[in-house]
Amino acid sequence: MSAGTNKLNVTVTEVVAVNELVKRFHFERTDGGNLPTFSGGAHVVVEMRDGDTTRLNPYSLMSSPLATRDYTISVRRDDVGRGGSLFMHNRVKRGMEMVISYPVNLFSLDLRAKKHLMVAGGIGITPFLAQTAQLASSGGNFELHYTCRSESLGSYTEVLRERYGNRVNLYYDEHNERIPLDRLLATQPLGTHIYVCGPAGMIKWVRDTAAAHGWPDDSVHYEHFAAPQPGTPFDVRLAVSGLEIHVGEQQSLLEAIEAAGVDPPYLCRGGVCGQCETNVISYDGTFKHNDHWLSDEEHCSGKKIMPCVSRFEGRSLVLER
Amino acid sequence: MKTILSRPVYGTLSPQAGKSHLLIADAEGASAILDLAKKAPEDFFANAHIMFIPGRTGDSFQASLKALKPAQYYEGPSVAAAMPRLTWTLANAHMGLRMYLAGTEGLIGQMMQAAIEAGVDPASIQTEHRGSWARRIQCVHCKGITENVTTQPATCSHCGLLLLVRDHYSKRLAAFQGVCINAEDPTEVPQKEEIFR
Repeated sequence: MSAGTNKLNVTVTEVVAVNELVKRFHFERTDGGNLPTFSGGAHVVVEMRDGDTTRLNPYSLMSSPLATRDYTISVRRDDVGRGGSLFMHNRVKRGMEMVISYPVNLFSLDLRAKKHLMVAGGIGITPFLAQTAQLASSGGNFELHYTCRSESLGSYTEVLRERYGNRVNLYYDEHNERIPLDRLLATQPLGTHIYVCGPAGMIKWVRDTAAAHGWPDDSVHYEHFAAPQPGTPFDVRLAVSGLEIHVGEQQSLLEAIEAAGVDPPYLCRGGVCGQCETNVISYDGTFKHNDHWLSDEEHCSGKKIMPCVSRFEGRSLVLER
Repeated sequence: MKTILSRPVYGTLSPQAGKSHLLIADAEGASAILDLAKKAPEDFFANAHIMFIPGRTGDSFQASLKALKPAQYYEGPSVAAAMPRLTWTLANAHMGLRMYLAGTEGLIGQMMQAAIEAGVDPASIQTEHRGSWARRIQCVHCKGITENVTTQPATCSHCGLLLLVRDHYSKRLAAFQGVCINAEDPTEVPQKEEIFR
C-alpha cells in the first residue's frame, strides 16, 4: 500500500527518443484536467503491468512544476536490470493507459538557501530540470554542474544551455572533463545548499568532500533511487501474518511480500524514503543492504531491513510483517 | 538553574572539520576557546579568526588567546563595537566556515542572529555558555533593549518603566521579555533583587 498517496489514471500522450539510451514519456490525465501540483525534485511511481508481473518503479518528474497539464519523465534503458526500463522503452506507446502514483518529493529544494548548487550525473539530471524551472520562475539563484559520458549521450544539455546560459556547466567523460568539486565547494557564498543526483559513487564523492570542507549535513541534499538488484533466491517467514514466502531471483523482497497478499507501506520503492522499513525478528545468514535510509549502525545491527531494495542470503530470516 | 523552555540549549565547543573557523567570545567565554584548543588539530588556528570582548575579565585571557596564534585576532569593548567587523567578515566568508560562540547569552544570541542573517546554517554554529547569566531584556512597551540585567524587577533603560523579567527568551531578538510590573498602580514599587548572576 502506497503510504498516503492515491493513484492517478493517465494516458501516454507522447514518447520521444531523446538519444540512444533515453526516452521521454508524457502523461496526461485520462479523464482530462490538470494533474496535481508538485514541487521540483518530486517523483512518481509508475506501475508497469507485464503479464503476471507488476513492476513499480520511481521516476523523477522533469517537467516544469508550473505546468501540470502533463507530467514528463525520462527513462534510461538498462539492458541488464530487472526489466522496468526495458518495459518502458519497448512496450509503452502513445495512447496507452497507465497508472502512476501521486507525486512525492523526497528531494525538495530548501528555499531558505541563498544559492542552490546542483550537481548531476547522467540521467540524474531529471529532477534538476524541474527544480531549475521552478527556481527560474521566481528569480532563484542556482548553478548547475552536469557531467555526461559523451556529447551524444548528454540528455537535455542543449535545452538547459539555451534556457539558463552559463549557469549550466557541462563536463564530458569522453573529453576527460571532471567537475572541479574542491574549487566549487571552497568558493560558495554562505547560505549555499548543494544538491546531487546521479550514480551512487558520485553521491558519495560529493557528500564526503562536502563534509570534509565543513559543509553541515543540513545543506547537502541527495537522491539516488537504488533499483532492486536481482540475487540468490531466499525464503522468509512473516511472523505477524504467519506466512512462509519465497523471494525469487528477479523479485524484490517487497514484491514477494506483496505477492503473498501482505500490503506493507511504501513510497519510493528505491531505498530512500523509509516507509517500508521492517523489523527483523531473527536471522541466520547475511544481509545484502542496498538502501540509503538505514544508518551504517542499523545495517550492522541485524535488526532492520528495507525490503524494497535489500536482500538476504542464508539459512533463515523472520520478519515482523 | 531553572529550566526555561524557550532558552536555547548551549553545548560544549569542539573543533569541527572546516575550511575556516570563526571563534567569538566574551569574558569567561575565552576559557571555552582555550579548552577547545586542547582538542584541536595542529593547523586549526592557522585558518582561525578570534574575536574577543573581555568585559569584566579585563586582561586575564588576552595573552593565552594570542598564544594560540590565530590567523586573525580582534579585541573590542562591546558586541555593538564588534558588529561591523563581524558583518564584514561574514560578507566575505564562504561555505566551509565553522563558527564557535562562547560566553554570555547576550553575546551568543546576538552573534547567532547576525550569522543566520548572513546565511550561516545554524548547524555549523556551536555555542557554549560561560560566565554571567545576566540577561539582555527587551521592554515589550517601548521595544528598547537593556543589557546586562541582573535584577528582578529591572528598570527599562529607555522608557524607565519597571519591568518584570519573564522567563521567555526570543531567539529572533536574542533577548528576554520584560513586561511592566506595576501598570495598575505605578506607586507600588516592588523591591529589586539581584537574581541573574
